[in-house]
Amino acid sequence: MTTQRDRSRIQEALTVGRSRHAAEAPRRPLGLAPTGLLILGAIYCLLPVSWVLVSATKSPGELFTLSTFQPGTGLFSNLESLNAYRGGVFWLWMLNTLIYAGGGALLSTLVSAVSGFALAKYRFPGRNLIFNILIGGILVPAVVLAIPQYLLFSKLGLADTYWAVLLPQILHPYSIYLARIYAAAAIPDSLLEAGRIDGATEFRLLRRVALPLMIPGMVTIFLFQFVAIWNNFLLPFIMLGDDHKFPLTVGLYTLLAAGANQPSLYNLIITGALLSIIPLIALFLTMQRYWRTDLSSGAVK
Amino acid sequence: MVTKRLAVAVALTAALATACGSGGSGGSAASAPASSAAAPSAAEKVELTYWNWVPNMDKIVEVWNQAHPDIHVTSSKQAGGDDAAAKFLTAAKAGNPPDLVQAEYQMLPSFVAAEAVADLTPSAGGLKSQFGDGLWSLVTLGTDALYGVPQDSGPMMLYYRADLFKKYGVDVPTTWDEFAAAARTIHKADPKSYLTNFSSKDPGWFAGLSQQAGASWWGINGDAWKVAVNDDPTKKVADFWGGLVKEGVISTTASFTPEWNKALADGKLLAWTSAIWAPGVLSSNAPKTAGKWEIAALPQWNAGENASGFWGGSAVAVSAASKHQDAAVKFLTWLNTDPAATKLLVDQGAIYPAATAAQGALSTAPEFFSNLPDFWQKAASFGAGARGFTFGPDVNVTYNAYKDAMDKAVAAKSSFSDAVTSMQDATVADMQKAGFTLAQ
Repeated sequence: MTTQRDRSRIQEALTVGRSRHAAEAPRRPLGLAPTGLLILGAIYCLLPVSWVLVSATKSPGELFTLSTFQPGTGLFSNLESLNAYRGGVFWLWMLNTLIYAGGGALLSTLVSAVSGFALAKYRFPGRNLIFNILIGGILVPAVVLAIPQYLLFSKLGLADTYWAVLLPQILHPYSIYLARIYAAAAIPDSLLEAGRIDGATEFRLLRRVALPLMIPGMVTIFLFQFVAIWNNFLLPFIMLGDDHKFPLTVGLYTLLAAGANQPSLYNLIITGALLSIIPLIALFLTMQRYWRTDLSSGAVK
Repeated sequence: MVTKRLAVAVALTAALATACGSGGSGGSAASAPASSAAAPSAAEKVELTYWNWVPNMDKIVEVWNQAHPDIHVTSSKQAGGDDAAAKFLTAAKAGNPPDLVQAEYQMLPSFVAAEAVADLTPSAGGLKSQFGDGLWSLVTLGTDALYGVPQDSGPMMLYYRADLFKKYGVDVPTTWDEFAAAARTIHKADPKSYLTNFSSKDPGWFAGLSQQAGASWWGINGDAWKVAVNDDPTKKVADFWGGLVKEGVISTTASFTPEWNKALADGKLLAWTSAIWAPGVLSSNAPKTAGKWEIAALPQWNAGENASGFWGGSAVAVSAASKHQDAAVKFLTWLNTDPAATKLLVDQGAIYPAATAAQGALSTAPEFFSNLPDFWQKAASFGAGARGFTFGPDVNVTYNAYKDAMDKAVAAKSSFSDAVTSMQDATVADMQKAGFTLAQ
């Protein structure tokens, strides 16, 4: 199989590289402390996830009787009841979350990239003022803005619509800041000058020169925003009244806060939480390679 | 956290709305008094939105929609409890609240204070005879107005593990003294077992127990509020539980936590002073103990009485900003008094109905209590003596103060009646800050 052969060749190349590297570099201490610290960090991050994974397999009767990390037998019945809950409303929430996170992150990335490019590469009056306002915007947590945004959207008649959740997340100061920094570093002025001399319009420069160079940075922004919107609770909680527009966070919360006299549906919540992190994990695994290109392209220079 | 943030936000919003309003902005159509809103013509189809967290309410609403093509109700399931109240208040301030909203009895006064709900006296005042007096006073706040129609109710009683009581040779306590004695006996027999737990996270539970003792935390006297969270009955209740905690003969695990669920499931907690909706909670959290529980009246302060309190329950209120208040009242009257609808509420929504006739119509015991075929009859007799009290406009402040003060008191094993006094102080301070007139 070619793939197999390719893989072994790559492996060979890697080992060669590594041994040469090892030969050249002076012997370094093993770095027990940093490794230990990283392992601790990994455990800290993975423990809750594994708890969710194990708990999702427990049936309602087992959830509070089995010991914490002992798997139960109820995974499939949990999935079934989650699927059946209110006619499969969970999947609607999942779809909504994809729309909010995917659409919001995409729009936000585009807006950030264009604004970051403009701020990094053009001199115009008010540039520093705009940038300083954006920097100030980073300091204002989005949570504080949720209520004023709700009041504004109510005035516009947009509360309780998809736009109410999408629009406020598009302009994200930190992403613009990141895009500006990235554009300043990744796009050489000489390249833009060369383009101009060749007669390219500014829009063409943006599309053909700037944006392709900024892709690794844009991927970072996209991932940041995607995860932020995916996990966002307060904004959709306040903005949305119709439970068919809820994202997963707010939807699952209605299962948890079922009112004082109704039991919380823990099994469904835990199973739902497990399912809701799968798309995030998938996204990170597929997007990771863009970060690697970023590192390697930096090395080439 | 979220609750606190929201509460702050709501307060800010209130200030903001007042500021904007005095500026005389143009877009205030939504805040126009509902009475001036034009009544819809008969042919026009009315659309109503209804925020609630009753299980399967969308199915119940569907039954209404089938039968009433002219009034279409959309049920939207919200996260229940304090967050729902804060969200409704914010929506009301912003001018786009739902037409109908589920309002927990303790939250209704805050809706009234914010002028977010309509007075239903003209259209629904006649429903009074269909509800018990105690419940009705929770939606009138002891005034002549009517701010909602009761939907479900939570008279309190004692749930206990009959099998384990027998094992430890404990009789069902009829007074709180016997209750304390039972706690000592059980904990002595098995140091890992407790009769019950004191929950510093459930102010509603403590309020119910105080109601049983005859407390009256708020009262409306003309234009002034009377606040007495630290009245003598409440202090008596607080010190009783404080004593048991200090002795170490009851658990201090907060209710509804995973640890508590585990203790129930493992048979380490033998009793729960809870409300009539407890079977749902027990069957979900400790399903394997089905058939082992029995019920009794709450232990009494004076032997031979039959007093109880309310824990939980809610009414359905109509937004002051709703343009279709008449249609909304028609729907909520059907929902909470029509026998077919209350049957749906019981079967689908798993609630204990507030309407007296609907309570009497309950026959089949909850599945979890299949060992007690007369569960509902018994429960009704235990709950008959339940007395409520008027809730104030800032119950959330009082309830948060309960959590803070009781947490500390439990940890330090210090005086519980001091904790009650700090609840009173927090409540009074907040009401003064919000500009309520207080009677001294």
